[in-house]
Amino acid sequence: MLEKALVGNKSYWSWVAVLLAIVGAGTLAYLYQYREGLHITGLSRDVSWGFYIAQFTFLVGVAASAVMVVLPYYLHNYKQFAKITILGEFLAVSAVMMCMTFIFVDMGQPLRIVNVFLHPTPHSLMFWDTVALGGYLVLNVTISHFALGAERMGVAPPKWLKPIIILSIPWAVSIHTVTAFLYSGLAARPFWMSAILAPRFLASAFAAGPALLILLCFVLRKFTKFDAGREPIQKLGLIIMYAMSLNVFFILMEVFTAVYSGIPEHLMHFQYLYTGLEGDTTMVPWMWASSILAIISLVLLYNPKTRNREFTLGLACVALFVSLWIDKGLAMVVTGFIPNPLGTVTSYWPTLPEFVISIGVYGMGALVLTLLYKIAMTIRGKVSA
Amino acid sequence: MNNSGKIFAGLAIFLLLITLPLWYSAAFGGATEKPDLKIVCDAKECVAPTAYMTAYHMDLLNEWRDEVVRDRDRLYTAENGKTFDKSLSRTCMNCHYNKADFCDQCHDYAGVKPYCWDCHVEPKETP
Amino acid sequence: MGIDRRKFMKFAGLTAALSLAGKPTFGALVEEDSLEVTPPLEKLDKLAADARAVGQPLTARRWAMVIDLKKCHDAENCKDCIHACHHTHNVPEFENPKDEIKWLWKEKFEHAFHEQEFEFVQEEHRHSDTLLLCNHCDKPPCVKVCPTGATWRRDDGIVMMDWHRCIGCRYCIAGCPYGSRSFNWRDPRPFIKDTQIDFPTRMRGVVEKCTFCEELLARGQLPACVEACKEKALIFGDLEDPNSEVRKILSSQFSIRRKPALGTHPEVYYLI
Repeated sequence: MLEKALVGNKSYWSWVAVLLAIVGAGTLAYLYQYREGLHITGLSRDVSWGFYIAQFTFLVGVAASAVMVVLPYYLHNYKQFAKITILGEFLAVSAVMMCMTFIFVDMGQPLRIVNVFLHPTPHSLMFWDTVALGGYLVLNVTISHFALGAERMGVAPPKWLKPIIILSIPWAVSIHTVTAFLYSGLAARPFWMSAILAPRFLASAFAAGPALLILLCFVLRKFTKFDAGREPIQKLGLIIMYAMSLNVFFILMEVFTAVYSGIPEHLMHFQYLYTGLEGDTTMVPWMWASSILAIISLVLLYNPKTRNREFTLGLACVALFVSLWIDKGLAMVVTGFIPNPLGTVTSYWPTLPEFVISIGVYGMGALVLTLLYKIAMTIRGKVSA
Repeated sequence: MNNSGKIFAGLAIFLLLITLPLWYSAAFGGATEKPDLKIVCDAKECVAPTAYMTAYHMDLLNEWRDEVVRDRDRLYTAENGKTFDKSLSRTCMNCHYNKADFCDQCHDYAGVKPYCWDCHVEPKETP
Repeated sequence: MGIDRRKFMKFAGLTAALSLAGKPTFGALVEEDSLEVTPPLEKLDKLAADARAVGQPLTARRWAMVIDLKKCHDAENCKDCIHACHHTHNVPEFENPKDEIKWLWKEKFEHAFHEQEFEFVQEEHRHSDTLLLCNHCDKPPCVKVCPTGATWRRDDGIVMMDWHRCIGCRYCIAGCPYGSRSFNWRDPRPFIKDTQIDFPTRMRGVVEKCTFCEELLARGQLPACVEACKEKALIFGDLEDPNSEVRKILSSQFSIRRKPALGTHPEVYYLI
């Protein structure tokens, strides 16, 4: 099946070449970090997790969101999603691979990462997150491989695949729940220690992931013969609308609890986000941008006219995706460290090498996604022809 | 369709790649001379027989490391009944203080890079 | 021992065969007799005697430290304990605070106990230096989160680090409510002034912190900071021993601990 990715026209290969160049730049930057140590990042004793771990967290959401197409299609036999389910699963595969790479580049001693398996520690959520993510990757590779293989041969998928697909549904929920527990179980960090963190993660994931999927469908329609069709995209738009509404609702609940209770160590983190704390206003413009984009996206989604028009739906998806990326991929992680447990503020902003490495990882994910989508498109093309 | 040309070319490249270490050391020399260890130690025997130490010192050191750090078990009783401090710097390097001639030579030859000295401080080359 | 004699003999046979075949392995060296030297026995005997001669280890069921801040403040700007600690343990000194590593350090009182209110407290008290270190909690959150068992609580209460096993994920730093852990963002070696041969340095990419000088306790000595304090402001002992000095002080004087509400049960107590 993989050989399908090796045949393509000029624009396909140019796109692959661009992605390879990005991955190359990221690799070079990583080699520099590997030689010099993590001090070349913006991280510090006080803010010890940053951009890498934030991307990891955001992408776990993207990975989990595949369940939003898998569940209706397989569990409720919603045939409209027949064409895009494989796109969702491949997106999950690519996202999980990026997650793992982001964890890898964040490690101080990356070569010792096998210690997590050599000395398993069931009391650590990080151990469970590794298990959950690894399992999710295996599940999605298996499902997409056999489902697509059956489609290629024009037969029904093997029977034993069905229970694996059913298993992948709660598993998708679990990867983001465990990732939230990674944070929400820490007594040391009041900003994260919220029972609503896992639901909030899931809501934002189920909004951001399908939004990306809609945008990918638009891209595929423009550059390939593949057309997802109007109906499934509209349905995804509806899913996004509800998920984003829940997400905004959850954020408001967090803000209310912190502001109304007025407990300083909860409040200070929200001050850092929205008003700045002790002169550090790094996140303020970003967070207000995120809020405004969230409102724009919701207005476009709530209005049936703008939701039904694909152009405005696309705009809503872009606004929503950027808004959630700022919230989760930029602010959520570092804010847990600002202020630190002693109540002091240390600023953080990623450095250039940190950016280049991160973009390299995204490039790798895009490359994997391109190859996988190419395979799917080729097989689909053959089947329909 | 006859692809035998491509297949054999592919196989040849594959073979070349997996035997690269051999070509590399043939071309760039590597360490081919047998190490000639300088024993500066004036003790008659080590904490274990020489042959055992030569082949298994790394395992012994790994065990010592885990026992000292994790199990608080700091004393090693050798087969001859003598007791030693399980310590690379205080016991091993006390005799074998000539790290360059004793440790490095062999490690270079075998192409291994133990990271012991990333943290453990090597003694100055005096007894 | 991981390798028993029988397995070793088998291996020796195999390596002998390999060395006959001229393969460059350790086996080639097993046969070497150049290692056989016959000088006197004294050195080995002396080493063995040294191992026996070190002091009896100090043991406890629950190590704890009491820090008498009044005595500490009497010696203003004194950093004897910090210097002793950082010198003994090859703790590097970085110019850039971002890279900083500290095992024992001074912080303003209002930061050390920042959950307290200080409106009418005199500035000199709020800003007075407070000695901070790892609290060696009874219920250490850092241990709970570590994904490899590189940090754990020993049965004598010391929260220990295994720098060989740490993968540098820094989850323990996120989990510590006291900011007691530092990460080696870069190779520390060039930043250590006077390297002590008796204690390892660290490599970049691992987390480190105070270990209550467990290596000194094992040799029958008190922690370096306790020894270095001329004011006798640091008192170290076994809380499970009713006759220990720490126990007597805690039962006769008022003491506080950092963030007790979190349920971590710190074993560092402050007399204020």
